[in-house]
Amino acid sequence: MADKIDRNLSHSTVHVTLSTAAKPMRYLYYPGCSLEGTAVEYDLATRALMQALDIDVIDVAGWTCCGATAASGVSRLLALSLAARNLALAEAMHSDCDLLVPCSACYLNLQRAAHAMREEPQTRAAVNRILADEHLSVTGTVRVRHILDVLARDVGADTIASHVRRPLNGQTIAPYYGCQCLRPYAVFDDPQAPASMSPLIRAVGAEVLPWTMGPRCCGGAHMTTHMHAGMDLTGAILAAAKDADAIATVCPMCQINLDGFQKKIARHRGAVLETTVVYLPQLLGLAMGLGPHAVGLQRNLSVTASFKNALRSLEASV
Amino acid sequence: MLHSATERKGEGVSLEAHTASVRQMMRACIQCGTCSASCPNAGAMDMTPRRIWRCVQMDSFEEIFTSQTFTLCSSCYYCSLRCPRGLQPADAMAALKCIAAARQMPQHRSSTLFYRYFLRSVRRNGRVHEMEVMTGYFAHMKNPLLPLRYASLGWKLTSKGKISLPRPARGKGKLDALFAKVAQVEEEN
Ligand code: SF4
Ligand code: SF4
Repeated sequence: MADKIDRNLSHSTVHVTLSTAAKPMRYLYYPGCSLEGTAVEYDLATRALMQALDIDVIDVAGWTCCGATAASGVSRLLALSLAARNLALAEAMHSDCDLLVPCSACYLNLQRAAHAMREEPQTRAAVNRILADEHLSVTGTVRVRHILDVLARDVGADTIASHVRRPLNGQTIAPYYGCQCLRPYAVFDDPQAPASMSPLIRAVGAEVLPWTMGPRCCGGAHMTTHMHAGMDLTGAILAAAKDADAIATVCPMCQINLDGFQKKIARHRGAVLETTVVYLPQLLGLAMGLGPHAVGLQRNLSVTASFKNALRSLEASV
Repeated sequence: MLHSATERKGEGVSLEAHTASVRQMMRACIQCGTCSASCPNAGAMDMTPRRIWRCVQMDSFEEIFTSQTFTLCSSCYYCSLRCPRGLQPADAMAALKCIAAARQMPQHRSSTLFYRYFLRSVRRNGRVHEMEVMTGYFAHMKNPLLPLRYASLGWKLTSKGKISLPRPARGKGKLDALFAKVAQVEEEN
């Protein structure tokens, strides 16, 4: 098993970026559909955090849906083409920047398409025929990076720590990774026992909840098509986080399952499951002194009164 | 227009031909059960993942497609990570979903319809419009209680300014050409 993970890790780690590079850090940015809708605060917080860290993000011009989970359940070629269209747009921008992706589902689709374009010449030819109508072509060479990967390895906990203005002392955070930033492409973390979020959480003065639910599945789209199965999976995560002050997420699907369905799941289980759920960039941004509005906290569906109070008293103590 | 790129593929192709690629993917399965033991949805499935791979190897179509098992796969990729034969069972689950969608199997209507409305929105707007997907899906499911399950979430999302009413569909869809071309290339192959 360890062998296989190592193989995956070394196979998929395409490059190493040095955070000490003199050049200003810069990324192409693919927000994805959720970040314009139900996850708008993830977009706000990511942009605000990057700005506070002096990192440029350049939107991929004319981006479209990556295919989400739906396309891969209908046709592999359609799924690859929808994702590859965005890789082609990114490649056409002729930059040597990596492609920063906050949504884990988008990340997996783009990563899968990039792999297929590099490794399956026939598939690449088919996709390029499909994209040719728009005068686009794809090679799969742009490096697709999840935001957690960028924060953990390019930015690093030390840089985050040096920007902290309002340490989240006394707060215990449950790091929730979900599936698709970890599996099947094990690029930056152990896909079964991930730990990349822990140093970032400690860097902002908070404690990490010891738990094993970090890489477990929230049920993804089940909440729409198989609600009871979805409620069981998300409910188990919420129940395990009961001693945390907040859950930190890195995926819009995980986030809405954990915050949007929280009350319904609590009723279904007959339990009290009131928990704050925030995106990791929101948490880091708050500690770095960004205001709640700047990280879109008013848009979150579950922020408890005690979390708000804690933020206020931390503010007052600065 | 509702029909997504490959749904035409269902016409005139035998189920055997359709399933052959999945059988090929799972040919080397040794029935160890690691996938079933790793699957977070195994408890909700009527047939374990291990057993569905056996059925795939045996061409037991009836059993595979009366089962809801593959629709209960939430693409967590634990099985693909742990399979000692290095197989990709998660991709095989997705391939079974594709077959059910392409053949518009009535017993899998609820999942495949959701995918279709999702993709219709993508085709039309380029980006998915979440409210448009849900209204289309609910209307087609004709289950008057279904929208109520999501009513409080819908209200919360609206009041947070996260979703808005869909614009009426007019003219050409943004990704019509891409969807049509995918269908064409798939038909040729
Ligand atoms: S883990 Fe792999 S070999 Fe074992 S039963 Fe599942 S698919 Fe077959
Ligand atoms: S990918 Fe699907 S079948 Fe495999 S373990 Fe996860 S939910 Fe189960």
